[in-house]
Amino acid sequence: MKNIAALLALTLLAGCGTSGTWGWYVIDPTTPNGWNNITFLLNGFGATILLSVIAAVMSMVIGLMVALPGMSSNRWIRLPSRIYIEFVRAIPLLPMLFWVFYGLPVVLKSMGISVSIDAFWGAVITLAISDSAFTAEIYRSGIQSIARGQTEAAKTIGLTYSQTMRYVILPQAIRRILPPLANQFIYIVKMSAFASVIGMQELTRRANELVVTEYRPLEIYTLLILEYLVLVLIISFFVRWLERRMGADESR
Amino acid sequence: MPDTRAPDHTNAIQIKELNKWYDTYHALKDVDLTVAHGERIVVCGPSGSGKSTLIRCVNSLEAHDSGEITVDGTRMGDAASIEAIRAEVGMVFQQFNLFPHLTILQNLTLGPMKARGLSRADAEERAMKYLERVQIPEQADKKPGALSGGQQQRVAIARSLCMEPKIMLFDEPTSALDPEMISEVLDVIIDLAESGMTMIVVTHEMGFARRAADRMVFMDHGAIVETGTPQEFFEAPKTERCRSFLNQILKH
Repeated sequence: MKNIAALLALTLLAGCGTSGTWGWYVIDPTTPNGWNNITFLLNGFGATILLSVIAAVMSMVIGLMVALPGMSSNRWIRLPSRIYIEFVRAIPLLPMLFWVFYGLPVVLKSMGISVSIDAFWGAVITLAISDSAFTAEIYRSGIQSIARGQTEAAKTIGLTYSQTMRYVILPQAIRRILPPLANQFIYIVKMSAFASVIGMQELTRRANELVVTEYRPLEIYTLLILEYLVLVLIISFFVRWLERRMGADESR
Repeated sequence: MPDTRAPDHTNAIQIKELNKWYDTYHALKDVDLTVAHGERIVVCGPSGSGKSTLIRCVNSLEAHDSGEITVDGTRMGDAASIEAIRAEVGMVFQQFNLFPHLTILQNLTLGPMKARGLSRADAEERAMKYLERVQIPEQADKKPGALSGGQQQRVAIARSLCMEPKIMLFDEPTSALDPEMISEVLDVIIDLAESGMTMIVVTHEMGFARRAADRMVFMDHGAIVETGTPQEFFEAPKTERCRSFLNQILKH
């Protein structure tokens, strides 16, 4: 941590001179133009966070709906879930984003459903689906790590499948699932930068737009990276706290 | 196909020509066994002889490949019949299989409340009754992890009894216990046997078998080799395989 801070400080100091290749004036909050620019950039936080949170929640729900049939003993119930995971995992995020944003409305229209998908929802849907294949696998490994004996004991006291999941398996699995799931959230936050290419006004899009008008890519993209760094550091701090709490719970 | 024969209530369990394979391994070979109401059966035999598989077929934790199982007049077939059979049959496992995230009391009330629809007050009253029967009411609010192995197994027995089954299956109930804890568990099972409960016990505890069994069943290589009263069985085993097995386990 200390080293990273020192390196950052050095980089920033290096840019303080008026001559040379750095030009921090573009985002210098003490000048009116710099202040305007920096608020423009920082205002992207809201969209990035909202986009990531909604996509993460959707991904968790879809992931569970894919994971549960994926663990059935019946291979015909298992199959669609397996296909979904293999298929979704194979599609790169950017092509999927283009397909959802430009293609999906056309497909829906041909089915008689007329909806326009704006950049925000296009990005949310893409991130949620793309991520759900991974959350499904996290659920699966978490649930399967709970010993088979637990399911058998639940059967012998007459619990149904959904009761067994709700009262016996998931409460135990959640401790093993939550930390990797929270980690997966970091991935979503970073991938949300792709939403910039379909015009979503989040952190990256705003940085790109400012670079075009100010022509100061080095400073603006440096700030952009720092913005993501702060966001991700906050999340990983939370993940570590969560892991500690879950670990403490486990030992009772 | 509907079974038009009248249900047979004369026996607690009737197993006819039961066969089970694990892939190419023939785990149960034409097993026939009839258990009368109130009868106490002890099943013994070398490891891998199919004893556990047999009793796990009785409540359908393992599916069988051919033959038929009738429990208290219900012939095993569709999901509804399996549910009906499990409602009559309790099971105690070698590894206890208590729910580690729930307190002892919650372990006992889960089945009655969720599967039988009892109110919390009624379920807790019933739970305390059976905890007193296995002599650990004072542990009700602890988690399973805080209890000794013997105490956990007694809780597992109480958990089964809370469903008020007509038949109890015990799958090597003392095999995972430290020696000094075996007798406290066997005492509970003997108490249950004396109350007239129908039971099948898979165990190597021959002292217990002499004391509690009405009939011994000796299995080897997936087949029932010999049955008889404990006296016949221990004093005059009919087959060579049974004799050598008894010599092995009674040697020390």
